[in-house]
Amino acid sequence: MDNVNFLYDLLGENVLSIALVVCLPLVFVLVYALIAILAELKVSAWIQERVGPMRTGPWGILQPIAEVVKLLQKEDITPDRASKLLYNMAPFIIFTGAYAAFAVIPFSEYFIPAGINLGLFYVFAVGSISAIGLVMGGWASNNKYSLMGAMRSVAQLISYEIPAAMAILSIVVLASSMNMQEINHAQTGWFWNWFIFGGPGPISKIWVIPFTMVLCLIYFISSLAETNRVPFDIPEGESELVAGFHTEYSGMKFAMFFFAEYANMFVVAAILTTIFLGGWNSPFNTFMQGPIWGSFWFVAKACSVVLVQIWIRWTLPRYRVDQLMYVGWKVLLPISFVCFIAVSLFVMLK
Amino acid sequence: MIQYIKNIWEGISSSLIGMKITIMHIFVKNVTIQYPDKRFNLPENARNRLFMEMSKCTGCTSCARACPVNCIFIETVRVLPDDPHQEMLDTGIKRKLWLTKFDIDFAKCCYCGLCTAACPTDAIIHTKEYEYSVYDVKELLYHFHTLTPEQISEKKQMLADFQSKEKVCHPDEKTDAVKPAETKAKEDKPTEDKTE
Repeated sequence: MDNVNFLYDLLGENVLSIALVVCLPLVFVLVYALIAILAELKVSAWIQERVGPMRTGPWGILQPIAEVVKLLQKEDITPDRASKLLYNMAPFIIFTGAYAAFAVIPFSEYFIPAGINLGLFYVFAVGSISAIGLVMGGWASNNKYSLMGAMRSVAQLISYEIPAAMAILSIVVLASSMNMQEINHAQTGWFWNWFIFGGPGPISKIWVIPFTMVLCLIYFISSLAETNRVPFDIPEGESELVAGFHTEYSGMKFAMFFFAEYANMFVVAAILTTIFLGGWNSPFNTFMQGPIWGSFWFVAKACSVVLVQIWIRWTLPRYRVDQLMYVGWKVLLPISFVCFIAVSLFVMLK
Repeated sequence: MIQYIKNIWEGISSSLIGMKITIMHIFVKNVTIQYPDKRFNLPENARNRLFMEMSKCTGCTSCARACPVNCIFIETVRVLPDDPHQEMLDTGIKRKLWLTKFDIDFAKCCYCGLCTAACPTDAIIHTKEYEYSVYDVKELLYHFHTLTPEQISEKKQMLADFQSKEKVCHPDEKTDAVKPAETKAKEDKPTEDKTE
């Protein structure tokens, strides 16, 4: 399939259009991160029956901007015994890892920064870059808490990547493609054509729906672990590790970690949207279907998933390390294998 | 195996119950009071900053003695019978003691309310005023006495003159001359304390 990109159609394939294509998701991430920070503050407040920030602007909507200004003004501390190069590189590598995944996120039918055929595979490959950044930051900080946090973080990432990969692989089997746009195109139509409901097909697909739903849940849980969000935030468990791998970071470098976390949240939500929730497809067949509506549906679906992540953060307590490993290896992995086999059988018999 | 599936089910269902509880709290009315804009209605018996009604105060020092943190400082001077400046208390009794000093240090005050309970004339009371932070701790020492510094020195001088005059008139009955006033004051206090 041709990769359709409206910017290339409009401006032709030159340096300017390529730069625009590269920058557009960055602009989106910046705006999204501010909104997500505000959402996090407000949702946490409402769940706890507070009102949240109210003093900065009407209803406190300027609070994230105030926080960014605050972080910019803060002193940038590098510990004396830290390995300077690695220490300074780590936050940027983590953000690079998070941002690199945006290259294959299909925002709309006519906009995907890089429509490569190995889209899902690429997402998984660059998703592991952040693990390098975490270990770098933790090791270079020369602080026992940072090192413990980094090691926990990597252990967690590796354990949870496998169930997530199995979930994605099942969808690859269902869609018989790794191209994000093709996966989206396969789900066009009513919402029961989404892969969470077994993908398009005759009514006989009904027996595969429970498996795809479980796979969606498995991917969601694993994505929480990959983004180090509660209840899987043991790498930065305050009660044990101060702040984990970013204990020593301050100012703008800390902001980069913060920013990368929110970017990562969106990446996993976007992948979940693409592979399970129909991506940029409207839930109502041709109603509100189209390139502009497509980006609306995509962002709306992904942001709902981000909201669920925030909701879970303020509901569940943190797992213990052994519980985390139990859930990862003994629950999610076998179940994801069973579901993978079931989905493969379904595709074989279809 | 059954235990394993039960565990998983319990994990999922309890998470969902938790999520149901938290989302219900989103729609509950917030408990936050936007403080400087809106204020909490204090109860009638709220104990905040103290206020002294000096026209009621007899100078009995009950409050200073009741205070557990010694934050009330009182000095009194006898009212002499030949003083042209005589005052009536709100209770209708003639003032017997001038209050040359009545200070309350709100940096020390613990708002226990023992002074208001001890006061025989209800002169010391709690108000609902609680916003009186200052940058200098010395500003929290409130002076409640109403006499001007000139009046205070005048009264003290008059008493000193009177006492020295007494000494000249009755050098051997010195103690007796001072006593009546003091004993009278002391007699008043216990009886009034009991009624309180």
